[in-house]
Amino acid sequence: MQLDAMYQEIILDHYRNPHHKGLRDPHDAEAHHVNPTCGDEVTLRVALAPADGAALDEKAIVSDVSYEGMGCSISQASTSVLTDLLIGRTVAEGMATLEAFTELMQSKGQGEPDEDVLEDAVAFAGVSKYPARVKCALLGWMAWKDAVSKSLEKEGAR
Amino acid sequence: MALREFGRPGTGPLDTQAIRKDFEILSRTVRDERPLVYLDSGATSQKPRRVLDAEREFYERHNAAVHRGAHQLAEEATDAYEAARETIARFVGAVPGEVVFTKNATEAINLVAYAMSNAATADDGLRRFQVGPGDEIVVTEMEHHANLVPWQQLCQRTGATLRWFPVTAEGRLDLSDLDGLVNERTRMVAFAHQSNVLGTVNPVAPIVARAREVGALVLLDACQSVPHMPVDVADLGVDFLAFSGHKMLGPNGIGVLWARRELLEAMPPFITGGSMIGVVHMEYSTWADPPQRFEAGVPMAPQAVALAAACDYLSEVGMDRVAEHEHRLTAYALERVGAVEGVRIVGPTEAVERGSAVSFVVDGIHPHDLGQVLDDRGVAVRVGHHCAWPLHRKLGIPATTRASFYLYNTLEDVDALVSAIQDAQRFFGTRP
Repeated sequence: MQLDAMYQEIILDHYRNPHHKGLRDPHDAEAHHVNPTCGDEVTLRVALAPADGAALDEKAIVSDVSYEGMGCSISQASTSVLTDLLIGRTVAEGMATLEAFTELMQSKGQGEPDEDVLEDAVAFAGVSKYPARVKCALLGWMAWKDAVSKSLEKEGAR
Repeated sequence: MALREFGRPGTGPLDTQAIRKDFEILSRTVRDERPLVYLDSGATSQKPRRVLDAEREFYERHNAAVHRGAHQLAEEATDAYEAARETIARFVGAVPGEVVFTKNATEAINLVAYAMSNAATADDGLRRFQVGPGDEIVVTEMEHHANLVPWQQLCQRTGATLRWFPVTAEGRLDLSDLDGLVNERTRMVAFAHQSNVLGTVNPVAPIVARAREVGALVLLDACQSVPHMPVDVADLGVDFLAFSGHKMLGPNGIGVLWARRELLEAMPPFITGGSMIGVVHMEYSTWADPPQRFEAGVPMAPQAVALAAACDYLSEVGMDRVAEHEHRLTAYALERVGAVEGVRIVGPTEAVERGSAVSFVVDGIHPHDLGQVLDDRGVAVRVGHHCAWPLHRKLGIPATTRASFYLYNTLEDVDALVSAIQDAQRFFGTRP
């Protein structure tokens, strides 16, 4: 059965017991993303801490990611995994992880994910076989990217 | 062309097994060799071989650009196109001069909305189509986006006000304020004949009667009714009727706008260009008579011919028998799906004034996840908001799962659906 390949236990665990859920302050920026085909949505906040007391840039640390959302197990679990992976990393590391995850999602089931980079997120490899669900898996990640960009833009405008 | 024997129209139940043989796709398997259980006809129907043959035959024998050229193929193609218009018109009790072909039903509705928009900046000869500040357009909360967004946009462009009938908790239109909502300021009332989510068949007569009292136009979105029940424009008494070909065994790429002839004659065009003109000068142009006025460019003749073949197919089966068959399936589905613990039907729970779209929610399982398990079992359904986002918001649910039936579905298909729902409950550990 292909379902088990898609709904790995890790995914269902994150869905039932999401990590870092709820919107928190302080935050630098917030992004609200919607999947127009199904109506799933996520509101995601990012708090960044400058690397060495300097300005916010690629070296800044992602000090918090908080979110509220409603949607299917894939979108909710994927956002929960994201918070585990990205909190405490630098923006540059986070972007690299995002890139690796996006690549895995676009692999049509052929991807060979690097577990050192993606950790629990490798569980989503099975999702990439179902084009209609890839958007679900990427919903929170795209919101994260958007919120980080907004944070850095705000910094640039300061 | 050999005609299938379905029995005399209007008598006896359908021979579903004979019908299914005409639909090649229904015999294929999906996802690990599971037989396909296609319960997504509300989104698009499957096509019988005869419809595909009609399109192929047009291309192989008669292909030419219609209403252009004097060669034999152009004549044959034009004859075939106009004969198709006759067949399709007859299918809804209309005459050919009242039938306009569009890309799809969405374009048909936009055609009317944009004709009204274009009239807004024209002289007062087009007063009956003009809307502006102080005027109102009335829709319903259960509309498909195709019959909502064009009117929203028309109101935004012209300053008119959009109003809507609310939907009751049971999924019926709340007509208690009919006289207030449809009033002297109302210029257009646009609503679905049958909801694509709830299955509700809306009461056309009282709304048309009220619209007549106040001189408002009426457009009926018949996308979910024309494929599934006998529809006669004269009986309905509306001004405009829009439906799509691909939901009624026909091909993609063709929709129909029916309108009363005198309205079409008065209406300004929506899309302009070739073959919709009277004369063209560098400074100005005049318009052809309808329906050509609304069919700019080389039209979709092969699709029109194939849609006519679909109408013939449905007529031979008998639309009353199709409706009766779907009624049986709907009643059975409402009973069986509704009886599964943790499942709630969204829409009327009795098969009264109700078509065959059966939407539901399952406790603890998001529709996307449910759809995935159903798909794994070979059961194809639609999940999401079904292009009726405001309706879902009103009902307080982000999304639903929808099974929709057609003449080729069987009671066993409903059993497969129920069993797959129960599998999903086991898979996600929500089965009580």
